[in-house]
Amino acid sequence: MIPDDRLYTEQHEWLRLEDGEAVLGITDFAQRELGDVVFVDMPPPGQAFAAGLEIGAIESVKAVAEIYTPVGGTVEATNSQLEDAPELVNEDPYGEGWLVRLRLEGEAPGDLMTAAEYEALLAAG
Amino acid sequence: MKRVERTVLYRRHVESGARFGPFAGYEMPIQYEGVLAEHRAVRERVGMFDVSHMGEVRVQGPRAVSLLQGLTPNDVAALKPGRAQYSALLTERGTFIDDLLVYCLDPEDYLLVVNAASRARDLELLGAAAASVGPGVRIDDQSDATALVAVQGPRAVEIVSEVVGPEAAELRYYSFIHQDEALHQDGLGRIVSRTGYTGEDGFEIYTSVERADDLWMELLEQGRDSGLAPAGLGARDTLRLEAGMMLCGQDIDGETTPIEAGLSWMVKWKKGDFVGRDALARQRRDGCRHRLLGFEVLGRGIARHGHLLAVSGRPGCGGPVTSGAFAPTLGRAIGIARVDCGAGGVPEPGSAASVEVRGREIPCRIVELPFYRRPKV
Repeated sequence: MIPDDRLYTEQHEWLRLEDGEAVLGITDFAQRELGDVVFVDMPPPGQAFAAGLEIGAIESVKAVAEIYTPVGGTVEATNSQLEDAPELVNEDPYGEGWLVRLRLEGEAPGDLMTAAEYEALLAAG
Repeated sequence: MKRVERTVLYRRHVESGARFGPFAGYEMPIQYEGVLAEHRAVRERVGMFDVSHMGEVRVQGPRAVSLLQGLTPNDVAALKPGRAQYSALLTERGTFIDDLLVYCLDPEDYLLVVNAASRARDLELLGAAAASVGPGVRIDDQSDATALVAVQGPRAVEIVSEVVGPEAAELRYYSFIHQDEALHQDGLGRIVSRTGYTGEDGFEIYTSVERADDLWMELLEQGRDSGLAPAGLGARDTLRLEAGMMLCGQDIDGETTPIEAGLSWMVKWKKGDFVGRDALARQRRDGCRHRLLGFEVLGRGIARHGHLLAVSGRPGCGGPVTSGAFAPTLGRAIGIARVDCGAGGVPEPGSAASVEVRGREIPCRIVELPFYRRPKV
């Protein structure tokens, strides 16, 4: 179901915090809403983003979803597997379909949801 | 607010797990299994679309031909019963009000198949023209009584000829058979037409709303072994774009003429006067500044509707993308742009260009339409 080793945003993104770094991805709900992902546009390593800024985009056949980073940081790595296999975002959104790894700058904001809170948000529709 | 319509097959789409979206005032199935899978099914096997939102307008009477000749650029008088043609309703400026199919049921009986979004305006225009002609022509909107199912793909012919009869397999492109007229004197009966909007072989079947459900289920059942799956408007859009077919209201609209859209062949100059003729004749003589051109994206990214295309080395030569998508069959992004060619003429296929996506210039190349042509059997 919804992994409880990470935090969630209202924009249906997940964030896994580890050792001053954050890995960002989209949730299973988000990938289903988006449909077949055909292109993932993420910034090159070294680029810095403040919390709340647009960091990239995921394009499905029919739509574009902008991705906003809920935390400030510098891009450490992007998921190079997605260049040839963007469908990993659909197939394994919480695992192989991760998007970007950031080196955190500052604290993670307090308004992120736990898995249980995110599940409640989905249940509330 | 106008209420949102549903087609008569709505319940079947729900059963098939469709996801719906608004389209021209209708709640239409956008996808079932997924756009990519449905797109591939149509290219490799067969897919079935509910496109009952399309409008069907009957034009009948001894003066039907002359009315349609005056309103559309293609030559209605050249149509024999059992044949259809692609045409349009144009403004005096020669720009599109709607694109449509004209079916000749009989020399005094025509069926126009129009876009849902423009249906009201088409009817108004046809009604006004009919009133000025006087008796001798009758306009009848049969849209709400008519359902339309498209079966498209290399295996469509097997399935459709099992369901509607072997004569379907004999139909040429843009030909049709008209069945069951006696059963539906006020309606259309059933029309089986070898036409489509996907670039594949296939059929469009018009039937009464009362019989639509039986037809849909029969086709599904008959198509089971051929891999027939329902397909939504998402796949329809990527299929038609690969095939270089224009979408009215998006690629072609009140600012675009058939000549600018590369559809000059639909304009028949020898047939006499029609609305928009003078404007089109001027473009034919003097050339036109704007063109709808196909392009493919060479870099990483997808051009979308509204992004700006610029032709390299030609300052000012470029314009907005009217349709853009990832093309599943080609494995790359493609699009159509409305290019202002300025004084330098139309950029040649192969010309370098770029498109701006999220602040980045992505290299493109102008290419000839269509992007995809089905392999000849």
